[in-house]
Amino acid sequence: MRFSLFSLARQALGGHARWPAQWRSPEPKAAYDAVIVGGGGHGLGTAYYLAKEHGLRNIAVVEKGWLGGGNTGRNTTIIRSNYLWEESEAIYELSVKLWETLSDELNYNVMYSPRGVMMLAHTIHDIQVFKRHVHANRLAGIDNEWLTPEAAKDFCPPLNISPKLRYPVLGAALQRRGGTARHDAVAWGYARAASALGVDIIENAEVTAIRRDASGAVEGVETTRGVIKAKKVGVVAAGHTSVLMGMAGVRMPLESYPLQALVSEPVKPVLPCVVMSNTVHAYVSQSDKGELVIGAGTDVYTSYSQTGGLHVSAHTLDAICDLFPTFRRMRMMRNWGGIVDVTPDRSPIIGLTPVPGLYVNCGWGTGGFKATPGSAFVFAATMAHGEPHPIAAPFSLERFTTGRLIDEAAAAAVAH
Amino acid sequence: MAGLHRTNGGGRVDRTKRLSFTFDGKAYEGFAGDKLASALLANGVHLVGRSYKYHRPRGILSAGAEEPNALVTVDRGRGRTAPNLRATQVELYDGLVAESQNRWPSLAYDFGAVNSLFSPLLAAGFYYKTFMGPRLLGSNWAWHKIYEPLIRRAAGLGKAPSLPDPDRYANRFAHCDVLVIGAGPAGLAAALAAAEAGARVILCDEQAELGGSLLSEWSVEIDGVPASSWVDEAVRTLAASSRVTLLPRTQAFGYFAQNFVALAERLTDHLGNPDPAAPRERLWQVRAKEVVLATGAIERPIVFPDNDRPGIMLADAARTYVNRYGVRPGLRAVVIAACDSGYAAALDLHRAGTAVAMVIDPRANGDSGLAGSVRAAGIEVQIGATVTATRGSQRVSAVQIGRAGTEGRASTGEWVPCDHVVMAGGWTPSVHLFSQSRGKLAWSDDAQAFLPSAIAPGQAQRSAGACRGVFGVAAALDDGFAAGRAAVGREPLGRTFKVTHDITDFRGIAGSHGAGARGSKAFVDFQHDVTVRDLKLAAQEGFRAIEHVKRYTTTGMATDQGKTSNINALAIVADHLGKPIPEVGLTTFRQPYTPVTFGTIAGASRGDLFDPVRRTPCDAWAQAQGAMFEDVGAWKRAHYFPQAGEDMHTAVARECRTVRSAVGMFDASTLGKIEVVGPDAAEFLERLYINSFQKLGVGRCRYGVLLNEAGFIIDDGVIGRIAADRFHVTTTTGGAARVLHMMEDYAQTEFPDLKVWLTSTTEQWAVIAVQGPRARDVLAPLVDGVDIGATDFPHMSVKAGRICGVDARIFRVSFTGELGFEINVPADFGADVWEAVWREVQKHGGCAYGTESMHVLRAEKGFIIVGQETDGTVTPDDVGLGWATGKGKRDFVGMRSLSRPDMVRSGRKQLVGLLTADPKRVLEEGSQVVEGLRPPAGTPALGHVTSAYWSEALGRSIALALVADGRTRIGTRLNVPMPDGDVAVDVVTPVFLDPKGERLNG
Repeated sequence: MRFSLFSLARQALGGHARWPAQWRSPEPKAAYDAVIVGGGGHGLGTAYYLAKEHGLRNIAVVEKGWLGGGNTGRNTTIIRSNYLWEESEAIYELSVKLWETLSDELNYNVMYSPRGVMMLAHTIHDIQVFKRHVHANRLAGIDNEWLTPEAAKDFCPPLNISPKLRYPVLGAALQRRGGTARHDAVAWGYARAASALGVDIIENAEVTAIRRDASGAVEGVETTRGVIKAKKVGVVAAGHTSVLMGMAGVRMPLESYPLQALVSEPVKPVLPCVVMSNTVHAYVSQSDKGELVIGAGTDVYTSYSQTGGLHVSAHTLDAICDLFPTFRRMRMMRNWGGIVDVTPDRSPIIGLTPVPGLYVNCGWGTGGFKATPGSAFVFAATMAHGEPHPIAAPFSLERFTTGRLIDEAAAAAVAH
Repeated sequence: MAGLHRTNGGGRVDRTKRLSFTFDGKAYEGFAGDKLASALLANGVHLVGRSYKYHRPRGILSAGAEEPNALVTVDRGRGRTAPNLRATQVELYDGLVAESQNRWPSLAYDFGAVNSLFSPLLAAGFYYKTFMGPRLLGSNWAWHKIYEPLIRRAAGLGKAPSLPDPDRYANRFAHCDVLVIGAGPAGLAAALAAAEAGARVILCDEQAELGGSLLSEWSVEIDGVPASSWVDEAVRTLAASSRVTLLPRTQAFGYFAQNFVALAERLTDHLGNPDPAAPRERLWQVRAKEVVLATGAIERPIVFPDNDRPGIMLADAARTYVNRYGVRPGLRAVVIAACDSGYAAALDLHRAGTAVAMVIDPRANGDSGLAGSVRAAGIEVQIGATVTATRGSQRVSAVQIGRAGTEGRASTGEWVPCDHVVMAGGWTPSVHLFSQSRGKLAWSDDAQAFLPSAIAPGQAQRSAGACRGVFGVAAALDDGFAAGRAAVGREPLGRTFKVTHDITDFRGIAGSHGAGARGSKAFVDFQHDVTVRDLKLAAQEGFRAIEHVKRYTTTGMATDQGKTSNINALAIVADHLGKPIPEVGLTTFRQPYTPVTFGTIAGASRGDLFDPVRRTPCDAWAQAQGAMFEDVGAWKRAHYFPQAGEDMHTAVARECRTVRSAVGMFDASTLGKIEVVGPDAAEFLERLYINSFQKLGVGRCRYGVLLNEAGFIIDDGVIGRIAADRFHVTTTTGGAARVLHMMEDYAQTEFPDLKVWLTSTTEQWAVIAVQGPRARDVLAPLVDGVDIGATDFPHMSVKAGRICGVDARIFRVSFTGELGFEINVPADFGADVWEAVWREVQKHGGCAYGTESMHVLRAEKGFIIVGQETDGTVTPDDVGLGWATGKGKRDFVGMRSLSRPDMVRSGRKQLVGLLTADPKRVLEEGSQVVEGLRPPAGTPALGHVTSAYWSEALGRSIALALVADGRTRIGTRLNVPMPDGDVAVDVVTPVFLDPKGERLNG
């Protein structure tokens, strides 16, 4: 049933008794043309685009728990495309373009809110790095502009630009098309749209083995809900990717870390945009519900535990209270963690693997949510054609052998 | 104070101390010991808030931290407002000013209540289905420009403060043998037992008074004395022990690994006139040998139609208001009792003078031991009955009684007028902290609740009393005492407490008791307005995992995090899906247990304490000279030294000119310094750096380049050989800690065969660079026992000697291209030696220069700065440092990566110089370099400008850039496109000045 104000009103008259399940919950079939392992935004999106753009309808998404229960449902929902390297610009800008029409595309309000993402510079080195981004983005046709501290405060009134700050705000890079979206809706919207195109979504099915035939090629997966055969398997499992790929004998260049986030109690609108500061580790926006949504840093040590230390979130609140002294009496309502999978160059891995028929999409680190539509779009094309989509090609696993890294973090490297 | 709503006596309020306060501008009075909620009820005020979505009138549901409805803003003056406080927790003080929230124009007449008219549309998840059109101005336009702004304005509860918080917050770390969380019967008994055994005990409780549920008991006697008196005696005993720390007003909010528990203590919010210098709250970070969780249980509401009207409250809350605060919430009550606490409430209300119209027990075979006493008091008891509807707009005025039928349907019956409805739906153990500690929960059919099961590894803890399903005062006391004994490794004594008038049936019922007629709403999550229909709709739409139900309906996501609603929601969904509750699962408990002030967590970390400021020994001198500073890492570095009337540009030009023509001195103390010592020190550096160190002579220096395993430059610095087994390694300012960590990592994990020791000496040495043609003349009169002549002390050498009578390591090095020295003296002598050098520098017409001039001077020579010319993607060859690689080296960190295909391909970006066609135009660092003019969007860049300055020595601008195949492009013209047009640049070698190094070797 199509979603609209009209259908909502009509169903309301009937006590909402006739809304169908948003996605079907079929029993798994014995075999599919392709199986996606991982029912987060990236995995569900991949299934949707495989069905929609490439006509593959006999496919399934298997998820060990509930849809969107991993990083899709745990992140701080920041969307932007003002990355430095051309490879990154391409995939994140594709994503922003898809975000701009995603609610219509899926007929599901994912609440994409381009309120502007402002990244603060606190040192001369920060200024150099951010201006480099601004110039590179301008050349690429991606919006990103440099703001003086005063202009930054105009855009975000509660921001403290006092020169007496320990690390004063010396300026900011602003991407006006950046913003946020409703994370759960992304998973559910893709699931509903994919299901409508015939994709089977199998929840509570944990993959326990990846089967390979005599030639070494993939022939299916074993799950807690039975064996599912498929000649193409795409692993899209974020922090659990290393473990899954290990089942196929592929060792991944990934490390998993706990990453924390927290929200305040809801208050009336007080923060009109997204504010990020890499230097003091503060990432904050206000949700439509009114909560301040705050991202913290990763723990120092690798771990599969979905919790982090108090000192890590405390450090972030130090920075938030310094940058926004009026938020100091606000209260933390909920603090949680996720597991992020980090590659050596902190850019994702999208593409083929040494195992024929096995594809992987992982390594999004702390920034995967914003890429959801673009990542899914190019990964679907890659799986459909058996060769990398041009935008996905630079993100191949081979780059760690050839040395052609795409290091976004490095650009913000060391201060002399 | 008027007595209509106060009992005639009793309770723990001090009736001799009257306090005045205002709510929404109207003045009221209460007593010392009141909560805002009890004082409002004592004044007959039930309507205190509006719900989130429908703006329904709401009253006070509970008497504690679980309160979903009664949220207020307390205003203590400038910058001291706090939104969303639970009136049930706010302690009354004289002059308290409280405001209701989320209403306009007033609480009684709230425009937002119009939402109720549209409530059929506003079902669970409605916003995912609409607000997407019209699309006249593009997809997403309507959402972004129209609907979202409207929704945001309607959402939120209270208002954030608009001024900076003037209060301060304290932080304390503590260790103890036993941390007891919760000071109800179980917690008090546990603390008594542990204290008796001599343990160091911390006992914390969220309330102002210790005692927990015992404070709300009227008739219970413990060991022959009233519960209230027993509490006083227990607290006296504990307070008398020097090994016991009592922390009232302290919420244990987070339970982390290895028995690490975070507590938030409220220090001044209960005071009318606190000392403004006193901290408002304190964060305790406690590492406990053992933890006893005595966190009690929370009563559940009963889910019936329109169960949210003001005047409808939990039985536990009614008993607390009557017994503890001496407040009669209503004059005529109906009690819905699914467990003993409802019957006990009926008796307590009756005794206090409230007319109890009826007790109805929704259980078909409701069988309370107290039913007899209730009937004996003349109160009608109906078993198997339920409430099918309620009336009353801003206060409940009547309830309709029906007979409970099958499948939640009930026959409707008589209307009973009342102004107070009390509900006892059963009790949910508070397992939040246990679950946070990663303990496993298991469903108990017996208790109809999730109870603690397996404790997580690394946690030493036990739960006691109601939080593990052991209900009743006697059982909780016994259980707590045994837990306290066990926590200190003692056998249980088998001690039992003698308790009278105890109640024991707390199980109750969960789930829905009828969604009611159309137009009525049976609320499950009060704050978020989640109804039974919403939950069923979610399940109908395929949201079957409890986490999905939560996220789709937002049940349990309000500021109370579902303390009163989660189990009812779970039971309703389980019932709808026809599954047992444990199969539907449970949402995750996360910290904090109740909201914690940001400031409490941040503590003193503000201003300069946000991150400790690092200053060099010469810093005070630079400040006195009026230097401008820049932040580099945690350091404050002198950026430039403006003289009267100079801006940065003229100051830097003068500093550069002076260094090139005479001499300048520079504070290089922030450079990282690592002493690498041991018989294998040379071999260690050989394996780490790209350069050779085995053959470096004692007294000689080498410019070292450090790569990561990927083959990219991550640090550089001069390394001097002090002795055969001792090196003085310098690093970049920002890289000091990172390089030491890397060295330690390799020393311990990769090269354990090497005998080498690493010591950070960054803070031990003050480093004064003296640079310029007169540098030797400056130093000559100051040094002692060192020949600094050109022959004996050539470029790139190091000598030990004395300067101004102080032992020093003197390096002959240059980062300016001039004759130069870097003097290392023990940091304590740094300021004095600096002053002495400064006197000499002045004699030669010299100056002090800052980091900006240092950057310009080195750029004129084409020296790179790691982090500016490099960005983690740059190899030694890319920046023309291929020569530094030791010839014939078998290995070093990153060596293997340098032979990867991408590292040896053509087209890599290489360091070059750029000269603008217009010599006055200084390029912007970070600007892009391309081939053609006016490049269209999407043109790939050849590279970017890494450094750009006005060069006083050359009388024109210069720039360094990384450009694809840059070295082969030398002599060609490229373009730097800027918003104001193209800037033509000529590609040149990156060394602009003295390419032969004649000045440097002077």
